[in-house]
Amino acid sequence: MKRFPLLLSILGLAATVASAQTEILNASYDISRELFAEVNAAFIPAYKASGGGELTIKQSHGGSSRQARAILEGLKADVVTFNQVNDVQLLADNKFVAKDWAARFPHGSSPYFSVHSILVRKGNPKGIKDWADLAKAGVTIVQVNPKTGGNGRYAVLAYYAAGLQAFNNDAAQARALTKKILANVVVFESGGRTATSTFTEREIGDVLVTFEAETLALASAPGSAYQVITPSVSVLAEFPVAVVEKVAAKRGTAAVAKAYLDFLYTPQGQEIVAKNHYRPRDAGVAARYAAKLTPVKTVEVDAFFGGWEKVTKQFFDNGALVDTLLKEVAAERIN
Amino acid sequence: MSARVSETTRAGLRGHPGRIALVLTGAGAVGLLISLPLGAVFYYALREGWAAYFGYLLAPDTRHAIGLSLLAAGVALPVNTVFGLCAAWALAKFTFPGRRLLISLIELPLSISPIIIGVGYLFVFGLQGVLGPWLDDHGISMAFNVTSVVIVTTIVTSPYVFRELLPLMLAQGTQEEQAAVSLGAGAWKTFFRVTLPNVKWALFYGLTLSFARSLGEFGSVAVVSGAVRGETNTLTLQIDLLYHDQVQTAAFAVASVLTSFALVTLLIKTWVERRESVDSP
Amino acid sequence: MSRPRVIPGFGLSLGTTVVFLALATLLPLGALVLKSAGLTWAEFWGYISDSRALAAYRVTLLAAGAATFLNLVLGVLTAWILVRYEFPGRRLLDAAIDLPFALPTAVAGIALATLTVPAGPVGALFAGFGIKIAYAFPGIVLAMTFTSLPFVVRTVQPVLADLEPALEEAAASLGAGPFTTFRRVILPELRPAIIAGGTLALVRSLGEFGAVVFIAGNLPFQTEIAALLIYIRMDEFDYVGAAALATAILAFALTLLVAMNLWQGRLYRRLHG
Repeated sequence: MKRFPLLLSILGLAATVASAQTEILNASYDISRELFAEVNAAFIPAYKASGGGELTIKQSHGGSSRQARAILEGLKADVVTFNQVNDVQLLADNKFVAKDWAARFPHGSSPYFSVHSILVRKGNPKGIKDWADLAKAGVTIVQVNPKTGGNGRYAVLAYYAAGLQAFNNDAAQARALTKKILANVVVFESGGRTATSTFTEREIGDVLVTFEAETLALASAPGSAYQVITPSVSVLAEFPVAVVEKVAAKRGTAAVAKAYLDFLYTPQGQEIVAKNHYRPRDAGVAARYAAKLTPVKTVEVDAFFGGWEKVTKQFFDNGALVDTLLKEVAAERIN
Repeated sequence: MSARVSETTRAGLRGHPGRIALVLTGAGAVGLLISLPLGAVFYYALREGWAAYFGYLLAPDTRHAIGLSLLAAGVALPVNTVFGLCAAWALAKFTFPGRRLLISLIELPLSISPIIIGVGYLFVFGLQGVLGPWLDDHGISMAFNVTSVVIVTTIVTSPYVFRELLPLMLAQGTQEEQAAVSLGAGAWKTFFRVTLPNVKWALFYGLTLSFARSLGEFGSVAVVSGAVRGETNTLTLQIDLLYHDQVQTAAFAVASVLTSFALVTLLIKTWVERRESVDSP
Repeated sequence: MSRPRVIPGFGLSLGTTVVFLALATLLPLGALVLKSAGLTWAEFWGYISDSRALAAYRVTLLAAGAATFLNLVLGVLTAWILVRYEFPGRRLLDAAIDLPFALPTAVAGIALATLTVPAGPVGALFAGFGIKIAYAFPGIVLAMTFTSLPFVVRTVQPVLADLEPALEEAAASLGAGPFTTFRRVILPELRPAIIAGGTLALVRSLGEFGAVVFIAGNLPFQTEIAALLIYIRMDEFDYVGAAALATAILAFALTLLVAMNLWQGRLYRRLHG
């Protein structure tokens, strides 16, 4: 930058203007809009009270894979709060995030978790009780596109896990069940919130498959026209967070970014997390919300499926299982 | 795309059931196709009342989106005017090899998906692109920020002024300019005194259309914006966000602003065409 | 056609045009082509002919074709009634035809989607007959028809207005019915304008994104359009795949356009000597 003294001074000027008020950008997944609106409103005064000064937090929401790509392309996010580990890993592989990011914060840098669940219209007219019921003829499903959002990937993995569980780990049967369910999907939305609004506002589909955080929020709203079906098994969804070191170092926001993510682990932060229907790590907070966030049998991507890398190859890459199944479904529909 | 239709005598419908049927079918189908979405925008925007309507429009993020879209359209407008005038001048007043190809290239952004332009832009200016890493090393960031939003908006709307000017300038030929030059007028004088007055109404409409399209650009901006609320969200991205956020009324309130602008554009077009038919008897 | 270059400003205006064009359009599009140029032909072919891409082309082409057909029928009819008949609301209709150009496509998308979902006023009407519009193929056709509505009307209208009424009168006096007159006398005169307008409408429909994404449902292999697939390939971080797809579509659109421009040039010379 030394070769551009004029530019440097202009940037320096911009930097001094900016430093009077620190600003960080949180790039997050799609349905965390309300969660982080609340987290930010709580963190800003807490940060000021601790002597940190004025802080502005900007938000960007979208499918978490899309967000990761945007950061690689130049989106200046200081922190990421994603819904899928491999999206943070992609940033780590490209040296935007520390290699040992998962060890930088407690619980594998995942301050809260959730599971996938099923939302149906009030009265459950199609009699949905578990994942297998989604395969029944005439059931229509709305979910996120598994190619672009973690939300959609967890859904597909849940179908498959349910199949393995029901049929004594018979992969062929699990595949058949997953295919039947995917055949009933009427809309693949680009993000979690888009899927929700398609289900609620456009009244498309008998079933919305998304994070429990979203289904509980919708079902617990006053006068809600929906109810949550908690499936017998689900996939544990971790919500990894990380400081985007490459950006934060340049913008001088590394400390505030870390403080922001630390805040998510405080009792106050965990309370907000639980209030927004995510499952907190803090035992005390969890106990208080136990009635709402009922225990679910979960399988983990690492232990059960052998990790995200393997899952991506097996299920979500170009020409992998999801593509194959959708292609078969389309072919059968045309013929 | 303006039809400069000379006023011919039109047949009445009375006593001609066949004509009535044709008019009812055509006007009915097109009328519904246009008025239903138009009506829907204002109906859904106002269904919670005026207070709610203005409340949605004055929300901070929406106000910022209006500002950003105005900025993008405000930059695109003068750039596209200069470009449109230059290109129309070169292509209407002169012939040279490759002229048709050049027209096709200029109009290309109208015909290809804006997604392609957004993606191409990232391949140049994104951090994984051709120039992006070098620019970043020098502290210049040109992707996922306001700069990228403004630039792709300009690119996508670049043909609008041009395509309004070209047919008119072609039709007008070069006699007047030749006369002016032979009388000793300089280049700029010829342009400002002869050419510009002849095309001023088409230019005016081209400007309005270009402005309306830049306010409403979606696909390419969606690729390069990063959708940071209150920072890189344009009006259309704000509509997208609100629409999917269960605040449909707010989405349609924002949409009604853009729709009103489209209606003003149509008014101006109608008025301009009337002026043109007055100007050139 | 050849004009003496006594008029000044050729170098300046052409230079500015070419420089701007190079920076604004050719640089990003060149980068796209460059990105896919690293591929061997086999790899490139693999990307652009994978089954999901083929399905997306099919959906896009079918929908754009259907929309263009609707536009041709509706466009010629509308141009006809606007030029030939006097009726209440004619000027309003004439002015309103251009709305799809001025209206942002995203606005058109949300309005059309809200109207045509099964719970919407228009959607409910069709749902009664078991017809799905939004989140199905007809929704894509509707969105494309709307966004490219003005092209055929606006290319046919001036030609129709310039048509000699004597021609029709002669045909009628020879005993031809109105339908025969239209088919044998008027349609041949309109054909160049119809084809030009139809090509513009087709190209526009092929590239339409904003209006379509809101209404399409985006089901891979069924209602996923090509532009969206490029977007998805980007999201999957499959840049080369996105570039290959974009290059293929770009080449297709450019071929259509250049062909039409060359052909129009010939037409222009034929009509104006």
